[in-house]
Amino acid sequence: MANVLELQGITKRFPGVLANDKIDITLREGKILALLGENGAGKSTLMNILYGLYKPDEGKIFVRGKEVHIDGPNDAIAQGIGMVHQHFMLVPVMTVTENVMLGIEPTKNGVFLDQEKVAKRIAEISNQYGLEVDPASYIKDLPVGIQQRVEIIKVLYRNADILILDEPTAVLTPQEVEGLFKIIATLIKAGKSIIFITHKLKEVLAIADDISVLRLGRMVGSIEPNKATPEKLASMMVGRDVSLVVQKSAPKPKEAVLKVENLFVRDERENLTVQGVSFEVRKGEVLGIAGVQGNGQTELVYALTGLSSAESGTIELNGKNLQNATPRQILESGVSHIPEDRQRHGLILSFPIHDNMMLCTYYQEPFAKGISLQEKAILSNAEALVKQYDVRTPNIYVNAGTLSGGNQQKVIVAREFSRPIELLIASQPTRGLDVGSIEYIHKQIINKRDEGTGVLVVSSELDEILALSDRIAVIYKGQIMDILDAKKASKEDLGLLMAGIHPSTSPKKK
Amino acid sequence: MKNTNNQTQTVQEQRNRISYGMTLLVVGVLIYLFFGINTTATSQTTFSLNLLGSQAIPLSDLVLPAQGTIYLMVGIVVFTGAYQLARGVKSTGLLVGIIAFTFIAAFLTWATQDKSFNLTGMISSSLVRATPIALAALCGVISERTAVINIGIEGIMLMSAQIAVVTATMSHNLYVGLILAIIFGGLIAAFHAYLVIQFKVDQIVSGVAINIIGAGFTSFFSSKYLQSATDTLNNSGTFPIISIPVLSKIPILGPTLFENNIIVYLMLILVFAMHILLFYTPWGLRTRAVGEHPKAADTLGVNVNFMRYINVIIGGMIAGLGGAYFTIGSVGRFDELMTSGKGFIGLAAVIFGKWNPIGAFASSLIFGFADSLQVKLQILRVPIPSEFLLMAPYIVTMIVLTGIVGKAIPPAADGQPYEK
Amino acid sequence: MSKTASSKETKEKKETAPTGIGGGSIRDALLVPTLAVITGLIIGGIVMLVSGSNPIQAYGALFAGSFGSPSAILSGLQAYFATGDNTLLIKSIYPFTESLVTATPYIFAGLAAAIGFRAGLFNIGAEGQFFIGALCSAFIGYSIKDLPMIIHLPLALLGGALGGAIWGMIPGYLKARFGAHEVVNTIMMNWIAFRLSDWLLKGPMQASNFRPVTPNVFASAELPRFFEAPLRFNLGFFLALLAAYLVYWFLFKTTLGFEVRSVGANPDAAKYAGMNIIKNFVLVMSLSGALAGLAGTAQVLGVDHWVGQGFSAGYGFDAIALALLGKSHPVGVVLSALLFGFLRSGATNMQSVAGIPIDIISIIQGLVIVFIAAPAIIRWFYRIKSLKIDEQTVLTRGWGK
Repeated sequence: MANVLELQGITKRFPGVLANDKIDITLREGKILALLGENGAGKSTLMNILYGLYKPDEGKIFVRGKEVHIDGPNDAIAQGIGMVHQHFMLVPVMTVTENVMLGIEPTKNGVFLDQEKVAKRIAEISNQYGLEVDPASYIKDLPVGIQQRVEIIKVLYRNADILILDEPTAVLTPQEVEGLFKIIATLIKAGKSIIFITHKLKEVLAIADDISVLRLGRMVGSIEPNKATPEKLASMMVGRDVSLVVQKSAPKPKEAVLKVENLFVRDERENLTVQGVSFEVRKGEVLGIAGVQGNGQTELVYALTGLSSAESGTIELNGKNLQNATPRQILESGVSHIPEDRQRHGLILSFPIHDNMMLCTYYQEPFAKGISLQEKAILSNAEALVKQYDVRTPNIYVNAGTLSGGNQQKVIVAREFSRPIELLIASQPTRGLDVGSIEYIHKQIINKRDEGTGVLVVSSELDEILALSDRIAVIYKGQIMDILDAKKASKEDLGLLMAGIHPSTSPKKK
Repeated sequence: MKNTNNQTQTVQEQRNRISYGMTLLVVGVLIYLFFGINTTATSQTTFSLNLLGSQAIPLSDLVLPAQGTIYLMVGIVVFTGAYQLARGVKSTGLLVGIIAFTFIAAFLTWATQDKSFNLTGMISSSLVRATPIALAALCGVISERTAVINIGIEGIMLMSAQIAVVTATMSHNLYVGLILAIIFGGLIAAFHAYLVIQFKVDQIVSGVAINIIGAGFTSFFSSKYLQSATDTLNNSGTFPIISIPVLSKIPILGPTLFENNIIVYLMLILVFAMHILLFYTPWGLRTRAVGEHPKAADTLGVNVNFMRYINVIIGGMIAGLGGAYFTIGSVGRFDELMTSGKGFIGLAAVIFGKWNPIGAFASSLIFGFADSLQVKLQILRVPIPSEFLLMAPYIVTMIVLTGIVGKAIPPAADGQPYEK
Repeated sequence: MSKTASSKETKEKKETAPTGIGGGSIRDALLVPTLAVITGLIIGGIVMLVSGSNPIQAYGALFAGSFGSPSAILSGLQAYFATGDNTLLIKSIYPFTESLVTATPYIFAGLAAAIGFRAGLFNIGAEGQFFIGALCSAFIGYSIKDLPMIIHLPLALLGGALGGAIWGMIPGYLKARFGAHEVVNTIMMNWIAFRLSDWLLKGPMQASNFRPVTPNVFASAELPRFFEAPLRFNLGFFLALLAAYLVYWFLFKTTLGFEVRSVGANPDAAKYAGMNIIKNFVLVMSLSGALAGLAGTAQVLGVDHWVGQGFSAGYGFDAIALALLGKSHPVGVVLSALLFGFLRSGATNMQSVAGIPIDIISIIQGLVIVFIAAPAIIRWFYRIKSLKIDEQTVLTRGWGK
């Protein structure tokens, strides 16, 4: 069987980072190659090189045996390469048709856009591959799963036969993932070849014909699916045997610290994304909120921390009503918040570390007397925290933006843990971090729990939820499906709940 | 999801419906209080519909009972308000239009009671005064549709105005001036594009620099050369009025739309040409995509920076045309700082017109109308200071920006440099 | 985006980081602005050359016009010590003091724009705030009779600051509450200010029926002058320096300033940290407006003593130029205001001696802004290697965001 695509010795350097180091991969015709690796392993960089968005510093690309130079997306498209990006490349205020035709617009009379022609072709593609979509609808009105179909249609419309799917399942529910796998099967049947990028082991084992694993910009090796096990793949990915199980004692929960009842929250677009959520967090326990990204977790946390206001419902902290309190009032009642987006909310990247270390308490003793800032106290505080939390930095005067992701997160953790708190809200606390940092931060969170703090962990990584939580609440479309005891919860049941199906009531599947 | 969307929309709609309805009722009361009470029952208002020296078929003057007309306007606006409260009207544009129309009609009737007022002349001069504003606005629209903010329009127009008159005077050919003004406008815009695309200079800073340089350079040149050599450098004459055969004979419409000089015609053509370009051609689709989601356009092989360069340059050429209007299009000579902020008003018209060419043109007409109204009111000796009327468009722009009256949403990437 | 910093660079940062000049060494902070000004002057010289004038003669006249001639000052001193007659001395230091007089409103106006930049706000409306401030202080100055100076002068200053503050606060509030972009709104407020002043100067505030100007303020509201006429050097200059110090202290030594800078650097993180964005936007735009208002006030009470039409022309853009050149740091603003004060003041002499229109200064000023905003041009021009990778000036984030 012929190799439809070969990359040889691809190397790409960014200032200070070797993103790809002499990488070779091979894609066989009509097969699925899974490219596996942690966040930051260099998968996306490699694919962006293949698609012409980056220029490689070294290396060769062969398509159907011929060496090609890809200087831009146009070259890639001409070679029959198409890419479905992790973050969809769709213009929200335009229709499906407009998005599909962009870049290769057919015209009437040589001047005017011929939308009918494109709509017809979209309908054909839809029928052929089972990609149902209304060409006239606007992207912003479509659910995520359908938007992904539009992305695939875009690629097929350009007659691509090599498809790159970059983390296509990250934003899908398990059921939508199944739908996607069916589509992939249809594509393979039609003779397309696919590179499937992911960091989820099970998906790889489910559909791949070949597996290549990347770590820290290097190719670790290739393996055949029938010889691979999840454990084996995981150790190839992270370079050592990992246990995502955090060593922890049994929880000693006491009275409730946070009570949320019937909470409704609207997002920035005024959509009701949290719809009647109720739960409580007790002192000395970790409540995990599991769910596929985009099911209202972000808005829930925003409402709890005062970053947005709730539509209705009650939020009580130690019996004190905090509904629609300001972030400052919530902070001062003893709530710490590790935000989901650390660079957007958690840090001021252009400020030095010492200022970031007192970002929430700058107006309190000892950092300020009256309105006057106390430089000595600020500096000594930062020195102490950097040492205590092992933040790797040349000194406390460098800007937070110069730190690595893991160290940035440590700055936030140090700051948030260094004041007396009743409740910790940690949203996606280890997203995008290396395994070492993950372990460290998990340990810190469990320590806080053992000190008697109530902890709310929100994460879309089921493994993280399972590792940390004492109880697990599953959120789906803005509602809590169920709250389970972590010891009794199985991954399968959680998966179904995350898809909006109660295991007890659902008809037998498979 | 769908359900909640609909729900929120109806909540929002209901809020809007009530606030618009109340606004209409309040305007009705205001019209009555301001104008109705102060009008005597017997006085009459005369609106002349003929423009002096025009080829249009003359019409007889429109003579109206002042008080009756004002009460009619109150009636219209109150009725619409009541209907809006009860049922709701879909088009907010219509409501705003009714408010503006009734208020202005009542105001004019009151101001000209027992006097005569030339309505056609008023409309005609509104269009003429709107021309440079509309050209500035079109420049803004096409630049910002590709996500490049250009607040240097004022400076571009000032320099083009000077180039136009000087070259036209020297060559004794107005068209030479016109073409050079357009080319020069394009060049300055290219410089702006180069700074903001190549060097990722803050777009507003670059615009400010162009304005300062524009004001400095034209004033420098003017005091160094033009003031001492007015006849040889700064006296070009102006483009003649071109009457379109047959069409110019239509009453009211003829003298306003079909008896103008070439720049006014070009402006009108450009408004519609740009509308078609933006919404019905591949170029426009790419332009809008680059303004909304440049990365998406890039991954489909659209050259983002190329699109930005070209559109900004086209915008600059249009602003250059607008600059030419000030000199060879209206007075035939250059005065220091003669654009007097029209470029900035054009920017307001862009936002007011929601980044659409036709909307921007309509907004420019409002500014032009306010401008010419001021002049007319001084003639009529209306007992309110015209300065306050002149403030109205600025205040209205600020209100529009608050989003209370229909949110104006800019292209998503507007003002941001593109990085891969 | 670079995640690594060379150790050399971090050392430099360590020395200067707490002062917050923009995160680099002093040399870094001064190099580009200095070269930008020099390049601007060179290009200005080329423009003069092309228009048929001698740039050396012109810049000589500029220098003499802004600093005075050293020999005249020397002989003035001699005459003073010899005879006790100070007329010669007064005459010889006139150019220098006049430059400081010109720089006074620039310092205030530059601080106004700088404090806005620090909070991520683009106050392009200093011109209107300047005008309103001037009108308010003039009104207090001429309408209240028989007040002792100790009350009247501070009252007039306060009135001017308040007027400007209100004019700045409105766009600040609209930005905070509705997200309406301050660039457009401050421009609109400018035009409202001009129309309002047209009406005031032709009506309620008109001194006589001939010219649209206000009456002169009473002597008790004038900023005291240090020398006899024709020298106009007055207390305003030192008030401006005091304002610069206060702005520095406010921005870098107080919790309020920390909030302002946080809001400017990352509004989302500021909100997360419990800071009130609305309060800060309103506060900063009010302060910015107040400083711009004080610029107008200093001009009225210290120099002109009355207000006429077109009084504030050009100060809005100048303010932005000054803040950019001074990197939004009070010390930098004072230095650039002095520079522009000397340039503008000397340009008058240049116009009469070398026949070069004063507007050449605007050209140079515009060019300087371009070079400051695009340091890459300067680096390319002088073949300087970039020390910091991430140094582009991003001040605004599109319209409504």
